[in-house]
Amino acid sequence: MFVPHTDTEREQMLRSIGVGSVEKLFDAVPSKYRFPKLDLPQALTEMEAMQQLTDLSLANESARDLACFLGAGAYNHYIPAAVDSIIRRGEFLTAYTPYQPEVSQGTLQAIFEYQSLITNLTGMDVSNASHYDGATATAEAAVMAYHNFRGRRQKFVLSPTVNPQYRETLRTYLQGYEGIEVVGDEKDADPFLRPEDLFSLIDQNTALVVVQYPDFFGRIFDYTALAQKVHEAGALFAVAVNPMALGLFKTPGEFGADIVVGEGQPLGIPMSFGGPYLGIFATRSEFVRKISGRLVGETVDGNGRRGYVLTLTAREQHIRRERATSNICTNQGLIALASTVYMSLLGKNGLREVAELCYHKAHYAAEKIGAIPGYSLCANAPFFHEFLVCCPIPVEEINLHLLDHGILGGYDLGKDYPSLKNHMLIAVTEMNTKEDIDMLCEVLEEVSHE
Amino acid sequence: MNTPANLKYTQSDEWVQLDGNIATIGITDYAQEQLSDIVYVEITVASGDDVKKNSLVATLESVKAAADVNTPVSGTVLEVNEELGNTPEAVNSDPYGKAWLVKLEIKDPSELNSLMDASAYESYCSNRSH
Repeated sequence: MFVPHTDTEREQMLRSIGVGSVEKLFDAVPSKYRFPKLDLPQALTEMEAMQQLTDLSLANESARDLACFLGAGAYNHYIPAAVDSIIRRGEFLTAYTPYQPEVSQGTLQAIFEYQSLITNLTGMDVSNASHYDGATATAEAAVMAYHNFRGRRQKFVLSPTVNPQYRETLRTYLQGYEGIEVVGDEKDADPFLRPEDLFSLIDQNTALVVVQYPDFFGRIFDYTALAQKVHEAGALFAVAVNPMALGLFKTPGEFGADIVVGEGQPLGIPMSFGGPYLGIFATRSEFVRKISGRLVGETVDGNGRRGYVLTLTAREQHIRRERATSNICTNQGLIALASTVYMSLLGKNGLREVAELCYHKAHYAAEKIGAIPGYSLCANAPFFHEFLVCCPIPVEEINLHLLDHGILGGYDLGKDYPSLKNHMLIAVTEMNTKEDIDMLCEVLEEVSHE
Repeated sequence: MNTPANLKYTQSDEWVQLDGNIATIGITDYAQEQLSDIVYVEITVASGDDVKKNSLVATLESVKAAADVNTPVSGTVLEVNEELGNTPEAVNSDPYGKAWLVKLEIKDPSELNSLMDASAYESYCSNRSH
């Protein structure tokens, strides 16, 4: 084991904080948990271990085996084989976020292309090299807004239609900031709130307004009027996106977003039980010095040859240090690369085609489900590939029946929104065949009769 | 090193020019040379703000380091030099002219008494470089 400190150094440190021994530092952990006796079975041979793990893994039911209608932030899309094949190249697979950028030209070029694709997709001027996931990217938008106003604007308005996990992460990030107030998504807030319902919350003390597009319920709104209202108050406007929807709909740049964040998972990244995913973060050029994370730029060397550099990044880590507004200095390099390969393979038209397939299949499903006695569609707004269904019995029960028929049902909204018990969020992608959808409807109808 | 005689100087390398009750603040020629190429100027106060002596009014970023600029005198911000956002290099080329940072309306000119004059600042700097 590598231990960077000598015994003398450790003693000095303990003395200066007035603690007798290293063990004392762990007093907060109840002693019975400190060195528990591990009751482990006999060691297995490799062959036995492999057999046991295989048996365990066969007990899983994944989106590959089931017809998947579960979304709520992670979506089941087809991933062309070339994505995996390219990201598994050793040069990419083993490279960490470039700490010695000049000798990592391939990695930098991939990130530069990722940034270019994301700015195009979102309608923004500049994108960073990515964050961990949609939730952390959303939280970074709040940190940026806080510092943009130097802490003088203290109100953060969150629409209740933003993914509950993003809102929770944002709150966690803002915990250490004094005087901050996060409003809009209180437990009693109307979950179906429309953009104009947020107007009354926006004032001169507002730093940031965050909405989602499509929102957590799959709905699509034009946020132009809201953006205008936010800007009249001098605040910033952040939009959390599903990038797949941007293949089809107006970009947030077009309706006036200052910051676009989002979950990049739909762009060629497997659902993988929740991660690793990809946090998209893009903004307008006037905020380029306020963004966190890494940013790759293209330049020329002394001989005029094209080269890539980590633009502005030395700034946070080596120059601004304690003055930096964020000290995020990593990115999801490999996952950003996967999305870059995915977007490049599909191209502008391909992405639009996937989005259209999702849209049309989801609308076919919604129409059929809405016609089943006992079920109704309840969010009265245009939607992309996800929609809300009010069910006659608890979602949990329905999902158990669906699972018996090889169908992974929708998301139970009662978990996050107490007023939405018996409401199921159903996602449909290009992966769902007409037969899948018809089967889903059959089972739903069967269940409602019970 | 250029050290205009009509200005007052601080140990943290700010200069102040007093014109009636209006104080203009910037950083010195010595400071810009130490920082090297300035790439970003962030003025952290806005017109109408009340600032206290020794409080932060701007952060300058060079290719080597970031430095805080603190006001040597209390007052109300009258104007900030927005132009420097686009022309940070002016801090290097014209630290006493185009690169002024903020103008303050001051109430207590006696706060300036403790500052150095040009010759005191020059000898202060030459002692530091040894």
